[in-house]
Amino acid sequence: MQDFANADLIVIEGSNMAEAHPVAFQWVIEARRRGSRVIHVDPRFTRTSANADRHIPIRTGTDIVLLGGVIRHVLENELYFTEYVQAYTNASTLVSEAYGDPEDLGGLFSGYDPETSTYDNSTWAYAGDPDAIARGLPERDETLQHPRTVFQILKRHYARYTPEMVQETCGIAPEDFEYLASSIAENSGREKTTMFAYALGWTQHQGGAQMIRTSGILQLLMGNMGRPGGGIMALRGHATIQGSTDIPTLYHILPGYLPMPKAGQDDFDEYTRLVGKKEQKGFWANADIYTINLLKAWWGKHATAENDWRYHYLPRLTGAHGTYQTVMRMLEGGVDGYFLFGQNPAVGSANGRMQRLGLTHLKWMVVRDFYMIESATFWKDGPEIESGELSPEQIGTEMFFLPAANHTEKAGSFTQTQRMVQWRDQAVEPPGDAKSDLEFMYELGRRVREKLKDSSDPRDRPILELTWDYPVNEHGEPDAEAVLAEINGRHISGERAGQPLASFGEMKDDGSTSGGCWIYSGVYAGGINRARKRTPGQEQDETAAEWGWAWPANRRILYNRASADPEGRPWSERKKWVWWDEESGTWTGKDVPDFPPTKRPDDPGDPGKGGVAALAGTDAFTMQSDGRGWLFAPTGMVDGPLPTHYESPESNIPNPLYPQQSNPTRVTFQDEDNLSSPGAMGAGGEVYPYVFTTYRITEHHTAGGMSRFLPYLSELQPEMYCEVSPELAEELGLEPYGWATIVSARNAIEAKVLVTERMTPLQVGGRTVHQIGLPFHWGRGESAVVQGDGANDLIGMNLDANTQIQNSKNNSCTILPGRRPRGAGRAELVEEYRRRAGLIPALHPQVDGAEGAPGAGPAAGGTPHEVRGPEEATAVPTGEPSMKEMRNR
Amino acid sequence: MSLLAGPEGPSAEAGWDHDHERKGFFTDTSICIGCKACEVACKEWNRNPIDGNLEILGSSYDNTGELGANTWRHVAFVEQGQERIEEARESGRKLVSLGMPGIGPKSSGPRGATPAGDLSDVDRTPPDTPEFRWLMSSDVCKHCTNAGCLDVCPTGAIFRSEYGSVVVQQDVCNGCGTCVSACPFGVIERRDDGTVSPFAVREEEDPRRNTASKCTLCYDRLVDGEQPACSATCPTQSITFGDHPDLTADAKQRVADLHERGMTEARLYGANPKDGVGGTGSVFLLLDEPEVYGLPPDPQVPTKSLPKLYARTGLAAAGMVAAVALSFLGARR
Repeated sequence: MQDFANADLIVIEGSNMAEAHPVAFQWVIEARRRGSRVIHVDPRFTRTSANADRHIPIRTGTDIVLLGGVIRHVLENELYFTEYVQAYTNASTLVSEAYGDPEDLGGLFSGYDPETSTYDNSTWAYAGDPDAIARGLPERDETLQHPRTVFQILKRHYARYTPEMVQETCGIAPEDFEYLASSIAENSGREKTTMFAYALGWTQHQGGAQMIRTSGILQLLMGNMGRPGGGIMALRGHATIQGSTDIPTLYHILPGYLPMPKAGQDDFDEYTRLVGKKEQKGFWANADIYTINLLKAWWGKHATAENDWRYHYLPRLTGAHGTYQTVMRMLEGGVDGYFLFGQNPAVGSANGRMQRLGLTHLKWMVVRDFYMIESATFWKDGPEIESGELSPEQIGTEMFFLPAANHTEKAGSFTQTQRMVQWRDQAVEPPGDAKSDLEFMYELGRRVREKLKDSSDPRDRPILELTWDYPVNEHGEPDAEAVLAEINGRHISGERAGQPLASFGEMKDDGSTSGGCWIYSGVYAGGINRARKRTPGQEQDETAAEWGWAWPANRRILYNRASADPEGRPWSERKKWVWWDEESGTWTGKDVPDFPPTKRPDDPGDPGKGGVAALAGTDAFTMQSDGRGWLFAPTGMVDGPLPTHYESPESNIPNPLYPQQSNPTRVTFQDEDNLSSPGAMGAGGEVYPYVFTTYRITEHHTAGGMSRFLPYLSELQPEMYCEVSPELAEELGLEPYGWATIVSARNAIEAKVLVTERMTPLQVGGRTVHQIGLPFHWGRGESAVVQGDGANDLIGMNLDANTQIQNSKNNSCTILPGRRPRGAGRAELVEEYRRRAGLIPALHPQVDGAEGAPGAGPAAGGTPHEVRGPEEATAVPTGEPSMKEMRNR
Repeated sequence: MSLLAGPEGPSAEAGWDHDHERKGFFTDTSICIGCKACEVACKEWNRNPIDGNLEILGSSYDNTGELGANTWRHVAFVEQGQERIEEARESGRKLVSLGMPGIGPKSSGPRGATPAGDLSDVDRTPPDTPEFRWLMSSDVCKHCTNAGCLDVCPTGAIFRSEYGSVVVQQDVCNGCGTCVSACPFGVIERRDDGTVSPFAVREEEDPRRNTASKCTLCYDRLVDGEQPACSATCPTQSITFGDHPDLTADAKQRVADLHERGMTEARLYGANPKDGVGGTGSVFLLLDEPEVYGLPPDPQVPTKSLPKLYARTGLAAAGMVAAVALSFLGARR
């Protein structure tokens, strides 16, 4: 995180960093102290804005127009970093003749199938001989003039993203746009770098992944990737979310970003070739080695070359199995039992009502937490009990509450956004019966294996053959460092048998090594827990390589080959980071070079060999199959190779750029409790005229499990509130610090009113857009010190097709003075508004907001679309029970 | 000016024989992010009860309100429009003369692993006056050079520590409350409850109940060589702890830096040893007039005129004695 201090300009957009990441924000403060500029783009003026040089208010969900406008600005005025763009990006690459751009197709890319609401991305491919493309050598025009170069496509794609369009769409004044665009231009190039930081303000949109891509394109154009004070900081939702994707708690990936195999992928070689082909450039060419080492770590001596290293023991995906699909399965009666580890979906997940109703369909549920969170008590004190709709006698879910140890009561690691793994030691013993997750999982596995030990059922073999043998201390707590050592990997045979791997470069494909997560290999090199390094800052240089350990190979900045020019010289003395040393014939510098150490800058690469050998001396983006940073993404995104602006499904503003109103691949679930306002696509949209956006505040932690149960934090923000502008308060008669009721197409909640100039009405599309801010930390339950209505009860389960993340940031509502009705009156109020908006499913079969829109997909009652993982769908078998009427639309 | 503290500093005056520098806080509100970690760290360390009735106070993000018996750190939140910002800039410009040598922004303090870098092209043009700003400031006991609470305490429960701080001994305090009215900042207060949690058993008697209570500058941490909980926790080093002369010098340099960048609204509070309390151990950098943050603009220690008063009383008493004596003498005649 300390690389923030090296930036000359920090653009924080889609993040309220000072409030949500106050500790990391010290580096932003440090950057300002050194004279850097900080710009905060956000719908609300927050504590981050208060510490920025300028706050630019934006209409939520329009970030692609704003940054697309900056992309246009730097392209039209030739302000991009020419040498960087030519050497290190795919700007010169030619794209297939079959590619069609939204500019020509009314807002859709080529390859769209309205029946399934999905894209076939074959027309987005590079042009050229397929074998050459596979070797990372597509057709290129180094002059960037060919009309099918990525560069020219990019220019045409963003040609209409003008400052006027930015004003008209985002509500951003031309002066503010100019300030942002010229700040970025002036603080990029050889001498300076600009850094972006985002968080859930970008991810939680239907199309959020494309917002992040837009900043990626801009940072590549400006030459800010792989350089000190550059890059894009993905600020995470809470501690070690980075770690939980590296070594995932997600359904679609395995440790080290290897994809989870899909049903039908029964050939091991075929699977590894889908991850990375031997002939492609860069480090993914060794995907087979990473997979074999993972399988060896899991199944030890049972994993052999003859049985494909027990690849066939891995479960197979039949579709998306995210948290929302799981809730739908619960409601269908398709889930018997559920474990909750540090999660509070009754408060923290979208559509709180459906979350709670889903839990009532379980046979049993285990909650492991510090306190009796709302997800553990919904059956006796949740909103549906208060309203009289349900009573505890009707709910058959058998509840188990197991107290959990907190982070000071157990050893383990946190990985932060800059991929730095930091170890923490146990400070105190957990109180009472509280146990660490590690101990719980280990013990659970031990007992399951004990019960199965005499089983001859083949389906039990994967569990019985697992390596499950961690040393435990006198309290029964497994040694967390033993797990770290397993993740790091070790030599199994040969003269170094038993020794830890020094790096993933030592991994072999013959079963003589094992390693649980290839990118973490080296964290335990030499038998030393390098994540536990804590040399104080004063005692080392500014790279601070002796504090913690950053994957891969303790490298602090990824793709840092790009911090030197094509000849290997630093772009400037001021931004010196990694460079080629002719004398020693190696890459050297302030960081671990992210490049084959002795590959000369003028090395042409050996395409015949593939992998690392195929990289040319200027192929700085070593994980990409062509060695270049991707301005245009031929694969990897399900909703387009370039970011394109769509309105949120509930937006009352017609898309100013294209006839296509909303992202055509967005995912939703049809259910009476999951309706959406038709927005600009139907008359009923005006029933919900205001935009609401949810957020978190410093004083509380996500769904409140770690804050609303603590008196010292509860007293700092005791009540649920909403933030409105003085103009809106005046218009509706909302009393400062009085009560208001907020009604969406899903539910109604009440909140105290904070009338503040920090909220600004915006002029967009010839109308005034009022945005309402709602923190999401509160929920209804008797156990917490403070309780309140939950903002997530207002939000639908509407997902980004790339990530299956819900849209929490851009939804529509109305707001009324006074408290909400009690009892059944709450549902009646919601129903009344739905009726006015034409959202009664019995009367209006297509009430999900997509009426008339291209890509609306099959009407309700049609064939449900097959569910998909976050990557392009392949091999999803038919006839699988799919989630209740889940559709892309 | 009070004469209860002399030129050697308050702790020397109090009779401590040691070589500690006077300790204090420098709270730089220009880099406060309003996270309230100081409030929580303070309560955690000192096991202070929660305050209030768990309702929104109606003061922006401030639900604490003020310093008191249970709250020894308080973060104020002030929302301001353009007009007020211009006034603040103007009033600050008048307070602080420009022309101090500008050596550029300081690198980070005690934790600093990062060099200052090349500052030759740092932007020195004054910023446009923003249309809106949100001020945040963490308030605390001032640990005055001339402390009213200490002066008036009849039991000796309040003492001047070897670090120059003013500390209440709650096992000595009899709860008379004289100190409460003697504090010009409204910091010290009598505690009426002693429980930390709303779920705590109220019957349990807290020995600290009904005694005077305020920030101790974490006396119990200082004697172990630790710094106070609030400054240790502050993520942005808005609160720094250290030797008072160093902090004051840092504070003055920071004001000069900010003025050089056009932020003439910056000014110091408590750094003037000639003010009504003889200067404070807790020094603040503010971005507006003290009143805006709820601080008195011209605090006066109520015992300021005690020496003069005593002198006059003594004189009057001597006069009376003389008069009486004279009258007796006169009567003999």
